[in-house]
Amino acid sequence: MENQKNNFTNAKLENTIGNLLRYGVLLSGVVVLAGGILYLIKYGTMTPDYVNFRLAPESLRGIGGIFAQAFQFQAAGLIQLGLLLLIATPVARVVFSVFAFFRQRDYLYMVITLIVLAILLFSFFLLNL
Amino acid sequence: MNILEFASLICLGSFGAGFLGALTGLGGGVVIVPMLTLLFGVNIRLAIGASLISVIATSSGAAAAYVKEGFSNIRIGMFLEIATTTGAIIGALMHPKLSTGLLAVILGIILLYSAFLSSRPRKDETPSDHPDKLAVLLRMQGSYPSLDGIKEYQVRQVPQGFGLMFIAGAVSGLLGIGSGAMKVLAMDQVMRIPFKVSTTTSNFMIGVTAAASAGIYLAGGYIRPGLTMPVVLGVLAGSLAGAKVLVKTKTSKLRIVFGVVVFILAVEMIYNGITGKI
Repeated sequence: MENQKNNFTNAKLENTIGNLLRYGVLLSGVVVLAGGILYLIKYGTMTPDYVNFRLAPESLRGIGGIFAQAFQFQAAGLIQLGLLLLIATPVARVVFSVFAFFRQRDYLYMVITLIVLAILLFSFFLLNL
Repeated sequence: MNILEFASLICLGSFGAGFLGALTGLGGGVVIVPMLTLLFGVNIRLAIGASLISVIATSSGAAAAYVKEGFSNIRIGMFLEIATTTGAIIGALMHPKLSTGLLAVILGIILLYSAFLSSRPRKDETPSDHPDKLAVLLRMQGSYPSLDGIKEYQVRQVPQGFGLMFIAGAVSGLLGIGSGAMKVLAMDQVMRIPFKVSTTTSNFMIGVTAAASAGIYLAGGYIRPGLTMPVVLGVLAGSLAGAKVLVKTKTSKLRIVFGVVVFILAVEMIYNGITGKI
């Protein structure tokens, strides 16, 4: 009985994680596509230069700058916002799993998941993103 | 070639990479960097940045399908992500310190291994009735749907698998690939997890692993929107299509074809890396 209940919650957990990943990726895909269309309308006829190692402008390297540009409907800013959402999708999956393990009273895996989350947050804040 | 044509061709190539990557379980990222550098002449560091982001798209897109099929083992994945994310941060921090030639050679070697792995015949049954103590403690055993009904499995050699996962994470952060082949090696060969569970759980882990180094690449300015946009959109569409087909298709012949393509790309990457063309 206990086992059956556990299987049920596992299946539910897997289903919700599947949906979370799917919608996160679709949302980011739509934002990148919107930015991409604007980008191609604006710069489509220009010549690409990716042969040389030229970095992205400072304003497109952090959350603040990307949001500022995206809300002005700047093409490159919208693309970067979509990419940020894409990066956030697996992170959201980890956050969700913390709560899911907590609800299953699986404290061992709740702690394991919190460690993964801490490493992820460390990687973002280490660089003042 | 103008930006519109450039983006269209890259999007098309990325679609193919994502599709084959999802079908073969190797991930599209493994061929994105060679495609961008060898075919389009893109700088390898920018190619790696774009590939790293696309790897998250492939992983999350395909994992969404696999998790629902009941193949992935979320507990094993979560535990091993401690190793892969730590490795990924170290790999990403090491990246700027290595020359472009050396990066190309290391990527070539990883590609060779992937080609070898994908061309090998694969038996799905892995007897594993002697679980590791740590695996029991961590409740890693699981079951998955197969043609003969639900199959149970045990997990072995957790510390060795964990160590390999750290290296897989570092390689992922260094080269912007999913390191799917190495993750599958750790789970399938070392931890004795059934192949289908290994590949799908690996796919599930790749997104989190790549996310751990993606912030470092973004903050470093390696993510150029005009280049990353067509790569991500192509790979995303391709991997979603691939994951849909995977559950119904026999992939042995396709794995060999993909293995040959990857082998050729590997040799070219190593040659160009050594001769200083990259």
